[in-house]
Amino acid sequence: MTTLRLLLTIMHTSFTSLRRDRGAFIMSFVLPIGFFTIFGFVFGGMRSSDTPRVTVLVVDQDDSAVSQALVRGLEREPSLDAITRPKPSKEDPAPADYTRNTAEAAVRNGDAPAALIIPQGFGAHPIAFGSAAQQAKFTILHDSSDPVAAQVVSGMLQKTVMMSLPATLASVGSQYFDTEIGGLTPQQRQQMDQGLAQLRKLQDDQNAAGKSQTGSSGLAGFVSIDIRDVVGGRKRNPMIAYYAAGVGVMFLLFTASAAGGSLLDESDSGALDRILSARVTMTTLLAGKLIWSALLAMAQLTLMFLWAWAIFHLDLFSHIPGFLVMTACTSFAVAAFGMLLASVTKTRGQLAAVSTLIILTMSALGGSMFPKFLMSNAMLMVGRFTFNSWAISGYTKVFWRDEPIRALGPEISVLLASGIVLFLLARWFARRWETV
Amino acid sequence: MPPPLDQPAALLVASLVKRFGSTPAVDGVSLTIPQGASFGLLGPNGAGKSTLIRSIVGRVRPDSGSIRIFRHDVGSPAARADLGWVPQELALYPLLTCRENLHAFGRYQGLRGKLLNEAIAWCLDWAALADRAGSPVRTLSGGMKRRLNMAAGLIHRPRLVLLDEPTVGVDPQSRNRIFEMVEALRAAGATIIYTTHYMEEAERLCDTIAIIDHGQIIALGSKEALVAQAFGSRSSVTMHVGRGPIDLAAWAAARGGSATENALLIAVEKPAEIAVLLDAASRDGLEILDVALQRPNLESVFLHLTGKELRA
Repeated sequence: MTTLRLLLTIMHTSFTSLRRDRGAFIMSFVLPIGFFTIFGFVFGGMRSSDTPRVTVLVVDQDDSAVSQALVRGLEREPSLDAITRPKPSKEDPAPADYTRNTAEAAVRNGDAPAALIIPQGFGAHPIAFGSAAQQAKFTILHDSSDPVAAQVVSGMLQKTVMMSLPATLASVGSQYFDTEIGGLTPQQRQQMDQGLAQLRKLQDDQNAAGKSQTGSSGLAGFVSIDIRDVVGGRKRNPMIAYYAAGVGVMFLLFTASAAGGSLLDESDSGALDRILSARVTMTTLLAGKLIWSALLAMAQLTLMFLWAWAIFHLDLFSHIPGFLVMTACTSFAVAAFGMLLASVTKTRGQLAAVSTLIILTMSALGGSMFPKFLMSNAMLMVGRFTFNSWAISGYTKVFWRDEPIRALGPEISVLLASGIVLFLLARWFARRWETV
Repeated sequence: MPPPLDQPAALLVASLVKRFGSTPAVDGVSLTIPQGASFGLLGPNGAGKSTLIRSIVGRVRPDSGSIRIFRHDVGSPAARADLGWVPQELALYPLLTCRENLHAFGRYQGLRGKLLNEAIAWCLDWAALADRAGSPVRTLSGGMKRRLNMAAGLIHRPRLVLLDEPTVGVDPQSRNRIFEMVEALRAAGATIIYTTHYMEEAERLCDTIAIIDHGQIIALGSKEALVAQAFGSRSSVTMHVGRGPIDLAAWAAARGGSATENALLIAVEKPAEIAVLLDAASRDGLEILDVALQRPNLESVFLHLTGKELRA
């Protein structure tokens, strides 16, 4: 009985302590619900329309009735976002259809993970049961930083050929039978022609109505496909820069939050009062801590990329300028974020709860925890409001696409501007530590 | 003693008011502390001491009134340079060594180079911590931490030193060491403001004492003047009593004295008057536990003026 009373007292004391720290108390319940919701968005999809679709640029070099039917079939395919020409812009209100060169450039630039080239002659030999020389060979140009896209496009191409061109397939089959087997009797020929006529009508009706075909064909590999990595084909470890940046930024955010938390420690110990009664102003103090936190973040990121170079053969040393620029901007933004969190929260418990919620949320949405190609377009859009996304985007440009520093303009601007805004907000909230 | 005309007061507080909501924490306090004085500030908990101190160091913005340190407005760079504050809390970096703490706080005060190194050496010597210069603060004893806390606040050798209960929680030996440090400061000509809950500290270290209660200075002067003001030539009788049927405060007030929860403090001209008090107490049903006759001291003055024990 005495032990039970002691246990109850211990539990009551713990509960009262948690309840008194209202921020930590609320976060104890908000944190799991918040996380559950985010994971639901990312993986579950709030609506079926949020299902990730693979963007593919389609280049029709054949421009035949058959190839046009295939393009329409691809456009109807729900798992693909088939695009034949760039979106109109102010500079180019009526853009031309993609060519092989412009599509390849777009893939290199990261505008789409894959491009499908429908070869000239496809209409004449849509499929070939005979020699490989007659086969129309499709080409998929892809960016292997999205390892899923090329496979999805390849599979969907096979499916679409089967489901969108039934008459064409049957006709080619008939010709093959004529040439390789010895032909049909007049009666068989007549029945065959009737069947083909019905199939053509069905094919035309389908294409005219824009209906999507579903179901499994059971016939795979009718078309020959050449898949080519046009971005990182010669790189030894394609995704390592992505993960170095993604994981690095996530832990940087935690470190920055902890570094900012030293303000709370100094406030608790009275050191903050002593410092501010000396010749140090709050702005100077915050700036000093910001610089320290940013330098710490830079050291962490540098170590992370050195490790990636040593263990995963990341080509670090031929990308030093871009790496330094991205590391400096990312570290500054992350440090300012840590200062803001510390200046908003009142206790270490609150800081831990709030920072965990925000950092893991940003990391989930921004691509630190899950590759972006697993996310729906809507979630990708939301992810643009996170440091993680911009940092990953910048590092990917540097290490994956080998782009020059001037191509990092958007990432540098967003990270620097966010850092400045967050620091100003931190300064504003830090007024509570000044005179009362 | 007023300061010479050509010498500015070390601290000038004029009609200071600070309210938190509708509660006045400091209610019209005025003080002039001349250079070289050693000034004790006493008051029960919640009397307004801390708010007054935090106003002097620029951490509280008064609602009205003014504070000047050596003629400079509080918070100005010149005032900050002249003021050294030792807070009650151990405002140190626990993971840094003594030397590293002093280095940091010295830099915060604008010291650098040779001046900073000399100041650190002086601090370590003054606080008797030279042999522990390389020890992290968290490994120090309570008394050592207190001494380092003082040194960190005074590393820039300010002319006005504000010591806020510097001996809280230290053993007698360390307390004596701290007294010696304060006396060394006095000898060097610093002006000292000292707050404490220990009357013997105020009597030993301060030549002028102010008692603050309910945000107001209710007594100000030397120890002797305060005693004379409160008791004249009379002696103080302290009667500890058990539970009784009457209101102790009213009983004591009727005899020109004051009462706490279980003690009566009454001034008498002659020891023989004790018998009269005992008769009256017995008649009124008070249970007397013990009676002491003593020459009044600061403790008596404090109790007489505030109705509270200083360490309550």
